[in-house]
Amino acid sequence: MADAPIYIDPKLCKGCGKCVKGCGFGALRMIDAPGANKPGKLAEVDPSACRACSACVKACPFGAISEVKREVRGTEGLDEYKDIWVFAEQTGGKVAEVAYELLSKGLELKAQRGGGARLCAVLLGHGLSDEAKASLVAAGADVVYVVDDPALADYEANVYVDAVSQLIMKRRPEVVLAGATAVGRAFFARVAVKVRTGLTADCTMLKVEQTENKDTGVMQMLLHQTRPAFGGNIMATIMTPNHRPQMATVRPKVFKKAPPDPSRCGETVLEALKLAAARTRLVKVERDPGSVDIAAHDILVAGGRGLKKAENFKLLFRLAELLGGEVACSRACVDAGWCPVMRQVGQTGKTVAPKLYLCFGISGAIQHLEGIRGADTIVAVNSDPNAPIFGVADFGVVGDLFEILPALVAELER
Amino acid sequence: MHVVVCVKQVPDTTNVRINPKTNTLMREGVESIVNPFDEYALEQALELKDRFGAKVSVVSMGPPQATAVLREALARGADDAHLVSSRAFGGADTLATSYTIALAIKKVCGGDAPDLVLFGKQAIDGDTAQVGPGVSEFLDVPLVTYVKSLEVRAGRGGAPTGWSVVSVMDDGEHVVEGKFPAVMTVLKEAAPPRFAPLAGAIEAAHAEIDVLDEKALEADPGKIGLGGSPTKVVTIFPPPVKGGGEKIDARGGAARGARAIVEFLSRKGLVK
Repeated sequence: MADAPIYIDPKLCKGCGKCVKGCGFGALRMIDAPGANKPGKLAEVDPSACRACSACVKACPFGAISEVKREVRGTEGLDEYKDIWVFAEQTGGKVAEVAYELLSKGLELKAQRGGGARLCAVLLGHGLSDEAKASLVAAGADVVYVVDDPALADYEANVYVDAVSQLIMKRRPEVVLAGATAVGRAFFARVAVKVRTGLTADCTMLKVEQTENKDTGVMQMLLHQTRPAFGGNIMATIMTPNHRPQMATVRPKVFKKAPPDPSRCGETVLEALKLAAARTRLVKVERDPGSVDIAAHDILVAGGRGLKKAENFKLLFRLAELLGGEVACSRACVDAGWCPVMRQVGQTGKTVAPKLYLCFGISGAIQHLEGIRGADTIVAVNSDPNAPIFGVADFGVVGDLFEILPALVAELER
Repeated sequence: MHVVVCVKQVPDTTNVRINPKTNTLMREGVESIVNPFDEYALEQALELKDRFGAKVSVVSMGPPQATAVLREALARGADDAHLVSSRAFGGADTLATSYTIALAIKKVCGGDAPDLVLFGKQAIDGDTAQVGPGVSEFLDVPLVTYVKSLEVRAGRGGAPTGWSVVSVMDDGEHVVEGKFPAVMTVLKEAAPPRFAPLAGAIEAAHAEIDVLDEKALEADPGKIGLGGSPTKVVTIFPPPVKGGGEKIDARGGAARGARAIVEFLSRKGLVK
């Protein structure tokens, strides 16, 4: 099995099964094979499931499992890559909140990285204001790279890809972060391919740490990128040891935005690039005046499957009004057609981080809990005392929401 | 007109659980399904077949079992199906996967990019939404993401000349126009999937599925599988548990429950 990332020595394998238990990806099993020390008990690896995490190497008490070393083909001149970049998405000249959240995290990463790395923001657009640039410096950017070009007036994936790729190849940042917004997700994936590096989507934890490169044995500063996998059922920490830059996206509201410091100093660098022509044409943008961004609200009142029908959301709207918040929902309500997807919280909806998340009839599937991890305070009402939502709620009330919700509205109306 | 649809077989993630004793994924009994978003992409392609007589090819990368999703696509009306499969592709991240799928698409189309490549907006197991954009880069073809509706304009004689789509972005719905070729990722709203006719299902069960390995694709061995993947999974662990706070039982005492909530909120300064 030459193409598996690990090698199991049949002479040393005693068939104890510790590697099977230790594998998080279900890639190992015990088989019957000639030459096995115990009949039916020789470890075998499924190369398509193995992610070379080396948990089995550590789990094996007999030293029977080793990693197969490969020739490393990565980016040349890794040491030339140094700075930490944040893509500052803007629409109509207004910088997206997630850019400030990422700069706040970027300040931490810069401190962890040390060695003279700078925190830089990348701003693309046309007719960009000084306020926008200054706000990025106040949020922590040492340098703001600005590409101001009529071709960048509106988002066009292909021109955006070209601009950011050119900057990366010219300036060689070590880390590049972007918000996992509709814009960030789409074009960043293409940038990563263009510059031939790795990209980890939807990270929920990031840190830079001195780490041993398992391929070369060299100690280097690596970005530890942690994200939920398999619908949030498991967390995985991912690294990009041999390619630069190390790229990651982060959903809005996952990291907290630090207060801006207007006394910070930073320089603005205007980059004149020769950009590729647009390959699609934006005809118009239709904004729905009734559209709601639940992630922008400090108080969310949310309903789940337990609400049973669309009209029962009326009481939630009344409660939201009384508390000065907005109404959100779980995926079940969107699937049932009770609520539009813009109100959905969770893995396939929005990640939110309100001061208060008050929810009714939401059991708390892992995908939903993933979306409210950043909430300061969670209050839950559910008829099932064993609902997982109570495992994360700061205050839980077991009871019938159809009785408690009207009583709560009445209590607040007094 | 030639449309290639990329589909993925995924575990039904709503049923994936962690073994609390060993902190590992429990895969037993987890059903494999067609990635739901890819079904909308396939339906979109089949509508183009209905209207313009487009040829629809389906490509899936995965283990041999993934032929099941290809047969399903054939049953619904796809013209040919190609499985990109080899042990050498195992452990591929989104860069290596994009490279491999782009090679397969070119192979299926005789060396060129087809008029249109469609993907679902993301796969539910990885949720990265990266492979569609990645393939567009390897094919060097324009990219449009989060397509809610697709209209193809026909010139004189009925041949397709260009497209207009509604792409759902954070600031609203973008109406975007362009020419072929293009790579698009589509949303649920694009088209509700059709059912496979029985005759189609029977025929598909016996249809030949073209299998493409690294030799057939003439792939660079350094760019595929785990070795061609810049990202490495270093550790996995269970999600952090916050642990619940206070809990009261208000069954049969709704007013008491409501008052307790208000008291809690005022203690936290969340209501006046």
